Amino acid sequence: MRGKLPVWVNVGLLPLLNLSLAFLVSGLIVVLLGENPLEAVRLLVYGAFGYGEALGYTLYYATNFIFTGLAVAIAFHAGLFNIGGEGQAMLGGLGVGLVGIFLGHWPWPISIPLAILAAMAFGGMWGLIPGWLQAVRGSHTVITTIMLNFVAGALMTYLMVNVLIKPGQASPESVTFAESVWLPQLGPLLGLGRSPFNAATIVALLACVAVWLFVWKTRLGYELRVVGKSEPAAVYGGISPRRQIIIAMTLSGALAGMMALNEILGAQHRLILGFTAGYGFVGIAVALMGRNHPVGIVLAALLFGALYQGGSELAFDMPAINRDMVVVIQGLVILFCGALEHMLRGPLEALFARRTEAVGQAQAQTA
Amino acid sequence: MSDVWIQLVLLADSTLRLATPLVFCALAGMFTERAGVVDIGLEGKMLGSAFAAAAVASVTGSAWAGLAAAIVFSCMLAMVHGFACITHRGDQVVSGVALNIMVAGLGPTLADAWFHQAGRINVTGPSARFTPIELPLTETIGQVPILGTLYVELLSGHNILVYLAALALPLSAWVLYRTRFGLRIRAVGENPSAVDTAGISVEALRYRALLVTGALCGFAGAYLSIAQNAGFQRDMSAGKGYLALAALIFGKWRPVPAVLGCLLFAFADAAQARLQGVAVPGIGQIPTQLIQAIPYLLTILLLAGFVGRAIAPRAIGQPYVKER
Repeated sequence: MRGKLPVWVNVGLLPLLNLSLAFLVSGLIVVLLGENPLEAVRLLVYGAFGYGEALGYTLYYATNFIFTGLAVAIAFHAGLFNIGGEGQAMLGGLGVGLVGIFLGHWPWPISIPLAILAAMAFGGMWGLIPGWLQAVRGSHTVITTIMLNFVAGALMTYLMVNVLIKPGQASPESVTFAESVWLPQLGPLLGLGRSPFNAATIVALLACVAVWLFVWKTRLGYELRVVGKSEPAAVYGGISPRRQIIIAMTLSGALAGMMALNEILGAQHRLILGFTAGYGFVGIAVALMGRNHPVGIVLAALLFGALYQGGSELAFDMPAINRDMVVVIQGLVILFCGALEHMLRGPLEALFARRTEAVGQAQAQTA
Repeated sequence: MSDVWIQLVLLADSTLRLATPLVFCALAGMFTERAGVVDIGLEGKMLGSAFAAAAVASVTGSAWAGLAAAIVFSCMLAMVHGFACITHRGDQVVSGVALNIMVAGLGPTLADAWFHQAGRINVTGPSARFTPIELPLTETIGQVPILGTLYVELLSGHNILVYLAALALPLSAWVLYRTRFGLRIRAVGENPSAVDTAGISVEALRYRALLVTGALCGFAGAYLSIAQNAGFQRDMSAGKGYLALAALIFGKWRPVPAVLGCLLFAFADAAQARLQGVAVPGIGQIPTQLIQAIPYLLTILLLAGFVGRAIAPRAIGQPYVKER
């Protein structure tokens, strides 16, 4: 008989073991590249946390991953897989960019909230489409969100090349926004140097709290989780899965779209192509590692932020390793923490079942 | 007249070239998905085998060795997918995504470390690549008006992998519909417990389907790096694996319609390259991005049941748990 795992094993030990396996394989690849993996770890940790500016960059990357991780997580809670974070973030960027280009000169207490709303609305719309298609037409979100990533890419390229490009500019970039709409930099304030660490991080943390409240403390969030656990149970309980699926995907898209706040409004201050840079996909790893819980997501986002920042420093110091190594590690983390999570779960469950049995027998004997 | 004809033939010619990796990849995906395993990882297998083909071909100077390496590496990736999804009943989509991301990083990392060309591998030398094959009698048949152009420009002058892709279609269709293996593949994707009841191992069958997928993706990847192009670059598959997946769904998981989907998408790509900056009479300039987005939009519309209905294999995506 297999017992249930204690909570600390489920949310602590198991993810850590899976993560260690992913790092172990990454270490083997580093050896294959002819470098010393321990030295690589030392450089990576120093590059991510060693000095103020590095920490600022780590937090800046982590902010992107909090948004995209929350996006994937909220869809997971409704039993949906949103691979479309990339496209939704692009559209969020379009929303932010439109506010920045056309309303950037407005006073910031109006323009910045407008930009946040635009990010949510545009990203949410790009999540609403696959949500509606899944709920009403039964088209699987996995495929539709992948396809919509490519549609978003084509749309953004068209708009940036033909419509929103700064006049007289060769590369597809918009005009720089008025300074009043830039998100305040937090780096100098906290002694973190000239990093792009900005107020979007605060928005990200607020979003974590909001997601936690929504998913675990509201009726709607409860219904969402019921649909995710079992659709027949939801229907039996008078919950409409259709409505929940649409809500979940829209919120998921809105959260992914907010990633653009950090990149566009916090760092670039203009709309550019390709600012999502695969961060939407990192969200999958972050959500899997963080067990779809905001606290776990913040921790996982920090880990990946450190990997991204430390990884680029590492690429600088170790000639045999380049930045793409971080992408490999990311893939391995998704593989071990996501796809292969049952590999260790089974043996662990068996182990704990035996232990509780042994304890039970011992108690029976003493009694 | 003859000018327009030549343009049309050339358009068809580049459609064939662009369709080749899609055809291999879509047929590859067909085997896994008909066996009931979702394969988002076509993209990664294609990119990984493009890397393996370029690396081995540039070292050995043999295109065939490159192709063999591509197939082996792609099958290894397929086995990882199987290990996660079949043996450990992991989430099939998550596993595919993981492999895609891992390979996207692994190719440039290894290429950089081993070849020191900023994440690229250049493949040069006459035998290291699959070069165009002139079919016999091109000069004589080329003299024939209209049909001669068709023979010389469209049928002749491709590399061997293009012809193999054309062969792969009837072969795959035959395997899927006319062999015992194919029958079992289709059965295991619709009703695995029935297959299990007949005393056939569901797991072994799915692993074998994945091996077929791996081999076919190997051809697609090798085509990218040592036939169509002269080397490996980061992200050189550029979404073609997803496009092939779209074509597979577009073709409702059946070989001939899926390949027609590939040809349609490749045609859109070829036309898009020719329409750049050209004003179409009555419409004006068509944004190339719109044409690029068409395959994806079509797939979404199809999945939504607005144009036909795509019904997936019944047991797709569900790990099989043998009752005890």
